[in-house]
Amino acid sequence: MSKDETLGEALRRQGVTRRGFLKFCAATASMMALPPSMVPVIAAALESARRPSVIWLSFQECTGCTESLTRSHSPTVEGLIFDSISLDYHHTLQAASGSAAEAARETAMEENHGKYILVVDGSIPTDNPGYSTIAGISNRDMLEEAAKGAAAIVSVGTCAAFGGIPAAKPNPTGAVSVSDLVHDKPIINVPGCPPIPVVITGVLAHYLTFGTIPELDDLKRPKAYYGKSIHDRCYRRPFYDKGLFAETFDDEGARKGWCLYKLGCKGPTTYNACATVKWNEGTSFPIESGHPCLGCSEPGFWDGGSFYSAISTPTEDIPKAAVYAVGAGAAAGVALGAMNRAKKQKSVDAHEKVTIDDLDKEK
Amino acid sequence: MTETEFLLWVRGPALQIATIVFVLGIVARILQMVMLGRKANLAEARGSALAGGLRTMVTRSVPDKGTFQRSTFTIVSGYIFHIGLFVTIFLFAPHILLVDEVFGLSWPALPTPVVDATAVVTIITLLAVLIHRLKDPVMRFLSGFSDYLVWLVTFLPLLTGYIAFHRIGLSPTMLIALHILSVELLMVLFPFTKLMHTFSLFIARYYNGAIAGYKGVHS
Repeated sequence: MSKDETLGEALRRQGVTRRGFLKFCAATASMMALPPSMVPVIAAALESARRPSVIWLSFQECTGCTESLTRSHSPTVEGLIFDSISLDYHHTLQAASGSAAEAARETAMEENHGKYILVVDGSIPTDNPGYSTIAGISNRDMLEEAAKGAAAIVSVGTCAAFGGIPAAKPNPTGAVSVSDLVHDKPIINVPGCPPIPVVITGVLAHYLTFGTIPELDDLKRPKAYYGKSIHDRCYRRPFYDKGLFAETFDDEGARKGWCLYKLGCKGPTTYNACATVKWNEGTSFPIESGHPCLGCSEPGFWDGGSFYSAISTPTEDIPKAAVYAVGAGAAAGVALGAMNRAKKQKSVDAHEKVTIDDLDKEK
Repeated sequence: MTETEFLLWVRGPALQIATIVFVLGIVARILQMVMLGRKANLAEARGSALAGGLRTMVTRSVPDKGTFQRSTFTIVSGYIFHIGLFVTIFLFAPHILLVDEVFGLSWPALPTPVVDATAVVTIITLLAVLIHRLKDPVMRFLSGFSDYLVWLVTFLPLLTGYIAFHRIGLSPTMLIALHILSVELLMVLFPFTKLMHTFSLFIARYYNGAIAGYKGVHS
């Protein structure tokens, strides 16, 4: 694949039909809430786009994000688009290793300075740099160096976007997100554990088409994909509204596909596109498979209490507190009551009868 | 403190503190009231104090004609927002789930849209009640700081609950945290303000009814 080959040429060479390509453009446009008139613009932009250089850095991560993006059973258009960017460095996927790999990264950074897209998955340890290094370079140093020449940074996965599991309590490595360290570059967070493949291709398509980053929410997530909560788009929502809940994973409600709120579903507080885009080429998403949403695309999802207790339920032992309070309240009440009685008795004792003589004294 | 940590604090330690203050305060104050007692009535009983007391606890819920004509707005709005509060607090599915989780008690919920509509009616009624209090010269004269405070802490859980349900403005995590916090504020102030009428109301009615019942007259 030559660097000068356009995306359109690359796709055609790999057997993607014009129809398939336009279908992808139309789907991308509708998912990003763009008007249909934008479809040809996207198509034209993608067709003629030079394959952008992408440098992918993996820090404290589990490779789940890479798995998510590359494990498509049949080559999808999204997969091919992904193949068709110039992925100059990705230490899991690239053939080169050792110093050759690092040389590829340095060359790409030099040749495309200011133009490459930096993709990061995994969090960055800030405690001891030795917790995670690549070719002897600490994650932090590598990120800061690579960020300098990047046109934009895409934080793929919850670890890169928010710290994720490495940053969960007690955060032994002092893990932080990309946006905690880099402040002077446009950052697009694509959280999820892992994120939906089409979301990252959509973000890249947007960048190729418009040369800008998509509209983001306050957590720097593309609004097109993270604008609605799972709960708002969930096909089980009518059961929530009717108050029909599965109580266990194997009761009548679970079998009838009722709402999983009671089983700990974090859908109401989770913003992602799972309920509409779905997983495994549109097959289903966790709730459709009968499991509550874990809220993996939200900051601190790992520390947000049990995955299996409802979001509004207490995390401490409330009945125990109430029982102690009843005891203490009874004691306090009886003490106050006794004090009141003593006061009353005292005033009764202090009461002096008024006689005619007393009244006469007034004169 | 991140939003998630804030929610966890509100659901955990803050709720524990609020529960302790709420329960301790109520138990202590009720005992204090009951222990004040009554002077022994040396007159011969002409009827049942118990029957009279229990009857009055119920009959006082129906306003007499004269009072109703004089204070139509107060009575109608009072009924609407009290029933509205009952429906939104006790017949909303997530609230029942909370009680179920904590005490293992459960009962059927109303459909969410019905509770939603009730919440709107209750919010509007509470606003009307406040305006009435501010505009009526007698009401305003009789109202002190604690009356407005009580109104506010009753209103806030409804408002934050409504906003959290419709997810307006802030993130859902923050909204639900603020909603729970507003309820905790209500719980903490409850035993030490006129909100205690939830319990003392029935004690007072019983006393009135029992006095009349003992004398063999209607209260």
